[in-house]
Amino acid sequence: MLGFAQLFASRLVKAAAILIAIVVMNFFLVHAAPGDPAMVMAGEAGAADEKFVTQLREQFGLDRPIYEQLGTYIGKVVQGDLGFSYRQQRPVWDILAERLPATLVLTLTAFILALAAGVALGTLAAVTVGTWADSAITVIALLAYATPIYWIGLMLSLLFSIQLGWLPAFGYETIGAGYTGLAHVADVAVHLILPVITLALFYMAGYARLTRASMLEVRSLDFVKTAKAKGLTQGRIVTRHVLRNAILPVITVAGIQAGQLVGGSILIETVFAWPGIGRLAFEAVLQRDYQVLLGIFLVTSIMVILFNILTDILYGLVDPRIQVSQ
Amino acid sequence: MMNSDFWRAFARNKGAVLGLAILIAIVVLAAFASVFFPGDPWEMATAPFQPPLSEDALLGSDMLGRDIASGIAHGARVSLLIGLTSTAAALAIGVTLGALAGFHGGKVDDAIMRFTELFQTIPNFVLAVVLVAIFTPSLTTIVLAIAIVSWPPLARLARAEFLSLRSREFVQAAITTGQSNSTIILRQILPNSLSPIIVSASLMVATAILLESSLSFLGLGDPNAMSWGYMIGAARTVIRQAWWMSVFPGLAIVLTVLALNLVGEGLNDALNPKLARSRG
Repeated sequence: MLGFAQLFASRLVKAAAILIAIVVMNFFLVHAAPGDPAMVMAGEAGAADEKFVTQLREQFGLDRPIYEQLGTYIGKVVQGDLGFSYRQQRPVWDILAERLPATLVLTLTAFILALAAGVALGTLAAVTVGTWADSAITVIALLAYATPIYWIGLMLSLLFSIQLGWLPAFGYETIGAGYTGLAHVADVAVHLILPVITLALFYMAGYARLTRASMLEVRSLDFVKTAKAKGLTQGRIVTRHVLRNAILPVITVAGIQAGQLVGGSILIETVFAWPGIGRLAFEAVLQRDYQVLLGIFLVTSIMVILFNILTDILYGLVDPRIQVSQ
Repeated sequence: MMNSDFWRAFARNKGAVLGLAILIAIVVLAAFASVFFPGDPWEMATAPFQPPLSEDALLGSDMLGRDIASGIAHGARVSLLIGLTSTAAALAIGVTLGALAGFHGGKVDDAIMRFTELFQTIPNFVLAVVLVAIFTPSLTTIVLAIAIVSWPPLARLARAEFLSLRSREFVQAAITTGQSNSTIILRQILPNSLSPIIVSASLMVATAILLESSLSFLGLGDPNAMSWGYMIGAARTVIRQAWWMSVFPGLAIVLTVLALNLVGEGLNDALNPKLARSRG
């Protein structure tokens, strides 16, 4: 248990270092952008009024040496001050906090679905290796790898909402329905189906391929032969011996890909008008609202770090013997 | 490398041959786009909202009367161009850093790997969006942004190769004969680690094309270059009335990326016959 606590502490230190690096990167992005940093922060050149730009210059000490400005900037971010969106006339942090829950629901559900369904399909493919089920899963994985996720989203909504009318095409809830309690939860869940499936599909394909390859490899190892020799049933061998070992590389890759999953939510939320951070990013791009965009960059990075910690815990649960290195 | 053994191994993978055929067709389409579809793909060619198989628009027209087929042909150029150049740029960054880390080891390795890890943690699509938005969309910024978010896996790969080759006898011999570090890296180790790097690079072209299409879908494409992602993004709001405007450019992306992935797997079979065919 001590090992786990140590591991956790070292992860937190590493996470803090990465966060500081990202904050510094944000700072230099604003300064490296073409034009006056104050103008960049204010949004599209010419859109901001003179008074606001002057105020920004004073606030960030843009006339002082650059390291001093960096210090001011880090100090502000540490205090939760991510700047002010001139476009929306609100602090960036308030805007982000309002959108965060929707994105967390979407990405977490998609992450869990992708992992669970991917491992299940990969196991099925490995157990039925060489049959039609195996080939079908391989072909679907290959196709899912090659398809842009926003396009999958559009096609699914074309089929299930526009043609068949089974599911809502966009939004977070039925507007004006005024559901409360369980009815509200059910309403949100129905709206969640298409975005989650779209986001999960790509990763599910990857995890299925990886699980299949990993299981085929583990299956030929000695301890599996021992288990067979002991007379264990096929089902028990697959679940307790093969799968438990084969799943470890899948969890590792899932952790590495968490960043892509979070990034993919920009596209999914844009397609399905899901009112989260991703949709906000699209709006910020349209309005050239860089303060919001940089805030999103920071918040999504924090999300990735949290997902990584989650996969570490998952790793520890699946195989308690293993001390995750570093 | 391009001998008959290579082709025999490549041709044994049926998917790879199919992929290569599709890829050649797309390259031809891109190269002769102005011959097949003379005229500007941004110009109005026919009436708006023409369904597919119309008289003057085989794949239909969009909300401004632009020919979808012409857009796809001209878009192929942009996709292939950005896919190739951004992969080349990512190779330059990734292989250089990976080679330095693997060759020198110790503190240099430590520092470079920390840096690589940072870039692997950052949500790469978000960073690409931020970079292109702040530095204003153009072919150059898009290529650079894609390269900046795609190099880490190449660096890790190059590092692993260099790390294992560094202790081999022929490298040790080169060190003993007093060759300089840069000569050893470029003339001795690099040529011997090319196969896995080529395979990864071919797969990266596919990812780069997907990234470019995603950026232009969000409106972050080069405003002067017709691209598949832009076509889908622009037609998204009218998908209820006009499915063809989003469906055909999407199919073009799927075909191209699929072809590249298949070719990549074929290259893997041909260049790394000993390695198991698995990809994370």
